Amino acid sequence: MNGPLGNQRPDFAVIAEWIPQRARVLDLGCGDGTLLKYLQQTRGVTGYGIEIDDGNVLECVKNGVHVIQSNLERGLADFDNGSFDFVVLSQTLQAMRNTEHIVREMLRVGRSGIVTFPNFGYWKNRLNVLRGHMPVSENLPFEWFDTPNIHLCTVADFEKFCGERGIHIVARTLLTNGQPVTSLPNLLGELAVYQFGG
Amino acid sequence: MAADKIQDPSRSVGVVTPQVARFAAPLALRCGASLRDYELVYETYGTLNADRSNAVLVCHALNASHHVAGHYADDPANTGWWDNMIGPGKPLDTRRFFVIGVNNIGGCHGSTGPLSINPDTGRIWGGEFPVVTVEDWVDAQARLADHLGIQQFAAVMGGSLGAMQALAWSARYPQRLRHSIVIACAPNLSAQNIAFNEVARQAIITDPDFNDGNYRALNTAPKRGLRVARMVGHITYLSDDEMANKFGRQLKNGKPGYTFDTEFQIESYLRHQGNKFADYFDANTYLRITKALDYFDPALEHGGDLAKALQSVVAGMLVVSFTTDWRFSPERSREIVHALIKNRAPVTYAEIDAPHGHDAFLLDDARYHRLVAAYFERVHGEIAK
Repeated sequence: MNGPLGNQRPDFAVIAEWIPQRARVLDLGCGDGTLLKYLQQTRGVTGYGIEIDDGNVLECVKNGVHVIQSNLERGLADFDNGSFDFVVLSQTLQAMRNTEHIVREMLRVGRSGIVTFPNFGYWKNRLNVLRGHMPVSENLPFEWFDTPNIHLCTVADFEKFCGERGIHIVARTLLTNGQPVTSLPNLLGELAVYQFGG
Repeated sequence: MAADKIQDPSRSVGVVTPQVARFAAPLALRCGASLRDYELVYETYGTLNADRSNAVLVCHALNASHHVAGHYADDPANTGWWDNMIGPGKPLDTRRFFVIGVNNIGGCHGSTGPLSINPDTGRIWGGEFPVVTVEDWVDAQARLADHLGIQQFAAVMGGSLGAMQALAWSARYPQRLRHSIVIACAPNLSAQNIAFNEVARQAIITDPDFNDGNYRALNTAPKRGLRVARMVGHITYLSDDEMANKFGRQLKNGKPGYTFDTEFQIESYLRHQGNKFADYFDANTYLRITKALDYFDPALEHGGDLAKALQSVVAGMLVVSFTTDWRFSPERSREIVHALIKNRAPVTYAEIDAPHGHDAFLLDDARYHRLVAAYFERVHGEIAK
């Protein structure tokens, strides 16, 4: 999982493996455009990133990524139904105010959605809570009082959420220290990467 | 709106000289009339490279001209209107790009317009000069590109009405530009925008010195009307907050005088701007430029479908808006972005959080300038390949 992406964002490497050549990709909360730049260079993908932060928008321009400065909470009204093969939301789902709305929007605009989020069910997080404290780690770097993460969930929670809404999970990878986890994902997986369809 | 501040000479293009291009072939205008022959006044900065791929056309807005950057040898205080954007080491770097500024047809800074002689009558055109449109300007600019031997611009760039030209370029001559930089733009004017323009025009037309636009022949000028027109315009260029910050309710003499003299600082500012403008700008040009704004509506011929109107676009598009711009609000820029996304066009959109209103596109804002600089870095990378 190491390489141009693996070191900084292990979930990017998983996402990149799922995306075929020349796919149309919309990256929600694309940050500095690292993922899209990588996908453009290695897969010849086309598409856009959406980002709200000025500094990240500037970095996207420097990275040659087509970025649209916008607040995701506004929804994806700028995008037509089914206009992308993949809509990616990496490590942002847990910070969205209206979780269900954005997931539905992803499936309206794209044929498949990909989300990544920190698994709150990871044993170290459970241990922290057992010890009486909210977890603070590399994947959950914020203290409880200044965290943007208002909708943290576990792997089991997310799958229940999808199941209840008829959202079909196509693929799942759990990562811990950048390496895939093969057993007990909700306990041993630190970072969840899901691909789903309508 | 001119940048009158002292400039760092090492980052200025320095002394510049306007040039004139004459065109003998007639230019057909949208209104049905045609100009038998015409002249365009322009300036250039930087050097055109060997394969002629580094040219950037800068289109001007309402009151500006071909004098985009640098200053004149005999008038060192007359700095170009976008000098903070264009020059060595500036966002549009003249060490890399060959930059062209041109005064549009119908203008009053030297290109063929109401102040020129009508070849059919031998008299000054005045009120007889035809109504011109954004598309007419773009067509004339394309002929200037031919004249300069430029087949494809690295970019066409503009703010406000200048941005409308950059947008029109991308749809009208898609193969002739690599990038289009569309700043503080709108896909057409709102009823409120047209209303402000109409107030400005009525101020001019009802001035007793207007004489159907033929005031030059009588050695007069509708300066009172032009002053009011400019005052109205200035109100729309600034945000409410910016006006409050700059002027608030300050009184020139500290206390009310209960007269109709200029008392509030904002009154003094508007009158100053109005007077300055009426002294150098031509009323007939002002009328025509506001009409060009009103008529601009590329979607109209496509049943109101902007995406269809922009279907031909292949250039990379950079669209920039400013949060406090209420004349051409970010929502209007997002309409353009939406249409381009629908067409799967390569578009980048930035919304700059700036307090200055519509005028922000002319001001030196670090975030804005960094973004434009980064975009031109990309353009340069492409043409250097």
